[in-house]
Amino acid sequence: MTEQPSSTSETPLIVEMRKIVKRFPGVLANDHVDFKLLHGEIHGLLGENGAGKSTLMNVLAGLYRQEAGTIFVNGEPKVFSSPRDAIKAGIGMVHQHFMLVPSQTVTENILLGLDEPHFFLRLPEYDSKVAELGERFGLKVDPRAKIWQLSVGEQQRVEILKMLYRGVDVLIMDEPTAVLAPQEIEGLFVTLRAMIAQGKSVIFISHKLHEVSTIADHVSVLRRGVCTASGVPSKGVSRQELARLMVGREVVFSLDKKPSNPQSVVLEVDDIYAENDKGLPALRGVSLNVRAGEIVGVAGVAGNGQSEISQVISGMRQCKQGQVLLNGDKVSNRTTLFGIQHGMAYVPEDRTHVGSAPNLSITDNVIMKNYRKPPISNNGLLDMKAATKLANELKLAYDIIVPNVSTPVRLLSGGNLQRVILAREISGLPAFMVAVQPTRGLDVGAIEGVQRLLLAQREAGAAVLLISEELEELLSLSDRIYVIYEGKIMGEVKVGGSDTDERLVDVIGQMMTGTPLDQIQKEGAVA
Amino acid sequence: MAESTSIKQKMPFRIRIEPRLSEPPAWYPALVSFGALIVALILGGILITLAGGDALRSYQHIAKASFGDIGVLSDTIVKATPIILAALACSVAFRMKLWNIGAEGQFIMGAFGASAIVLAPVLPADTSRWIFIPVMMLAGMVAGAIWGFIPGYLKAKFNVNEIISTLMLNYVAVAWVNFWIFGVWTEGGFQMTPKFPNGASLPRLLELSKTFPAVRGLTTHFGLLIGIVAAIVLWFIIFRSRWGYEIRLIGDNPQAAKYAGINITQNTIWVMMLSGALAGLGGMSEIAGVVHRLQTAPIAAGYGFTGIIVAWLAKLNPIVIIFVSILFGALILAGREIQPSGVPKMIQGIILVCLIASDFLLRYRIIISRGEE
Repeated sequence: MTEQPSSTSETPLIVEMRKIVKRFPGVLANDHVDFKLLHGEIHGLLGENGAGKSTLMNVLAGLYRQEAGTIFVNGEPKVFSSPRDAIKAGIGMVHQHFMLVPSQTVTENILLGLDEPHFFLRLPEYDSKVAELGERFGLKVDPRAKIWQLSVGEQQRVEILKMLYRGVDVLIMDEPTAVLAPQEIEGLFVTLRAMIAQGKSVIFISHKLHEVSTIADHVSVLRRGVCTASGVPSKGVSRQELARLMVGREVVFSLDKKPSNPQSVVLEVDDIYAENDKGLPALRGVSLNVRAGEIVGVAGVAGNGQSEISQVISGMRQCKQGQVLLNGDKVSNRTTLFGIQHGMAYVPEDRTHVGSAPNLSITDNVIMKNYRKPPISNNGLLDMKAATKLANELKLAYDIIVPNVSTPVRLLSGGNLQRVILAREISGLPAFMVAVQPTRGLDVGAIEGVQRLLLAQREAGAAVLLISEELEELLSLSDRIYVIYEGKIMGEVKVGGSDTDERLVDVIGQMMTGTPLDQIQKEGAVA
Repeated sequence: MAESTSIKQKMPFRIRIEPRLSEPPAWYPALVSFGALIVALILGGILITLAGGDALRSYQHIAKASFGDIGVLSDTIVKATPIILAALACSVAFRMKLWNIGAEGQFIMGAFGASAIVLAPVLPADTSRWIFIPVMMLAGMVAGAIWGFIPGYLKAKFNVNEIISTLMLNYVAVAWVNFWIFGVWTEGGFQMTPKFPNGASLPRLLELSKTFPAVRGLTTHFGLLIGIVAAIVLWFIIFRSRWGYEIRLIGDNPQAAKYAGINITQNTIWVMMLSGALAGLGGMSEIAGVVHRLQTAPIAAGYGFTGIIVAWLAKLNPIVIIFVSILFGALILAGREIQPSGVPKMIQGIILVCLIASDFLLRYRIIISRGEE
């Protein structure tokens, strides 16, 4: 412990994390990350899904133990072996998923796990303590209410109160706005400001740019486990700049994209309505089409119905209304098998839970779509020799780096697993392919490989629907881009036409936040 | 938490547990299982010693009572035969993560179905063995499959928890058989049916004693062959057939199976029926090979439940099931021989716990390092 905390300017550092390394099987979640929190500030921690934000904060909150690196609290090095240690040091975390007992009251939940009260519960006494605390920080909630009676926003307040009651000085909020309605978000911001006014510090994890630039004093950005910005003042940095730091991958390779040569329409999505897993409307009248020999992008902020589109097309989800036609055959509300047999390939968003069987071998995983026909199976019997031969061929052709094809796929890295899935989907020579976030979580080299494979599909005359949250990826690969917002298509733009990329980004950005294309064009004409 | 840190600081080395990132070598799982077996025997030995027994002599006795000479070895195999088929039944359902706890009931129904051929009677008592046995096998499998179909259908169509439904159907099966042996087919009011004709019994080794005097008195019956063939066929289905591939895929990841276009509903019903048919075949083999009459006690002896344990210990591998079943057959036999008879049961339990615990070593590795990094 020879390291000394950084010398400080006027405002003292309350937390400093230095060179934190945390590894998970197959991923480096935090790669020597530095993080500094000033006393009395709201610090925004930005990053995409899987960038390592939550991991870093779980290390700070004592849930994970870092493999290397040091944490300083008020200048002293600390080792946390449990959240209890972190709370003792004044650091508490409010998780995305609440940890409350639904059948107990607010006060009971707050007292849970504490040493007090010693024997008799004396709840009324504690009720008033909780109410008092709530009032101080503008967290209005009835101490005697049972958790199940409360709205999500109120439950979040209970979680915050839980931490405040334990006397923490640093509150980590993990994507607190993800579960809240707009009015509730406003209320949360008021609370956070009240806490700052009373000398607390807050770390605000989010992937929503506008929230962070509204509420935070300083911003740090993580990308793929690496810190791309550390504690920059949020006033001095534009949202575009932050976006670039977050997703922006500088173009380190140039994709050699031939001029598009679209043929007849292969996929026709006609006015579909569908619900999400919670039974809420997710798609509200989506229509789009993809022609042979083109890549069509779907852009949008996460959770605006992109997953549901791909699921309805592939047959994994039923739609309430409308239909999907593949070369004139209706594929929606039929079995997934029907789509597969009619030349549909699908690269799902979730590689491990949908796209592969983790404990089965690479061989078993690559025959998932073609095990029904020769040469893989004859008369109901599998030809393991033919399957192994196919797997070895794909391993070579798609550069899958493993000692042998009998390795279970759970042991593969993200990039290798994605190559296994793409190898399987592409080798079936599909007429149409829908790919959802095909490069998420991959390193630069792997991204390039995946993008080249998608372009090769386009050149081979397949129709490709690319659903991605990476605008740059969409712009560099697509011929046309649809933008989706709250389950509706806001408009369609052509890439490589008369508009410059900057103009396109601007238009797409406006559509992504809910302005339909015709409105943008009207305003443009006026200006 | 404070205590644990202080202990850590006092220790000269640190123990870390990490998930394995690469597949261990092929011999490793076998070595770990063998190690677990040794550890289990040592723990069992300690318990026997604490209870005032002589561990070494007990083990010797168990070994002698179940493998000591060809006669007891034959008895061990007779005990193992129904377990093989029950465990195969469990393994195929478990492979798809269908928790069929009802192999016991399916086994009993299989015995009933086979008996019905003799007692109804479907075939006259003087029918030749060549016809009797195949028809009884078929009837046993059909009856077991029906008993598997019911929970399978309920699971597939209405998402009824198969653990509950299969467990409950076990009791229904016992009550059903009791109804027939107490009333319809009773032999003079005793709780059993009349003895089956010779044609309805499986051939036994002792029948060959005229040509091979060495096999005189050996009760090992044709059911063993049925079990071994069933295991080989099942291995082939699981690892070398399209259907088996679908079963493995659904078992590992139902979402991925759906994504691959596999009909999970249909497979649920078919697999439960296959599971039931295998258990039913076990019931037929036991009734035609050992009991020779329909009677509740020797048929509802818990083979279906032992099958659950054996299936897990064999890691659901049909071929390994044969050997684990023989080990369990030996322990059951030894239970009769040595007093107190609770000991083999205890050893069974300890072996089970040790083998399940040893699984941890396959998924994680333990790293011991000196001092702090």
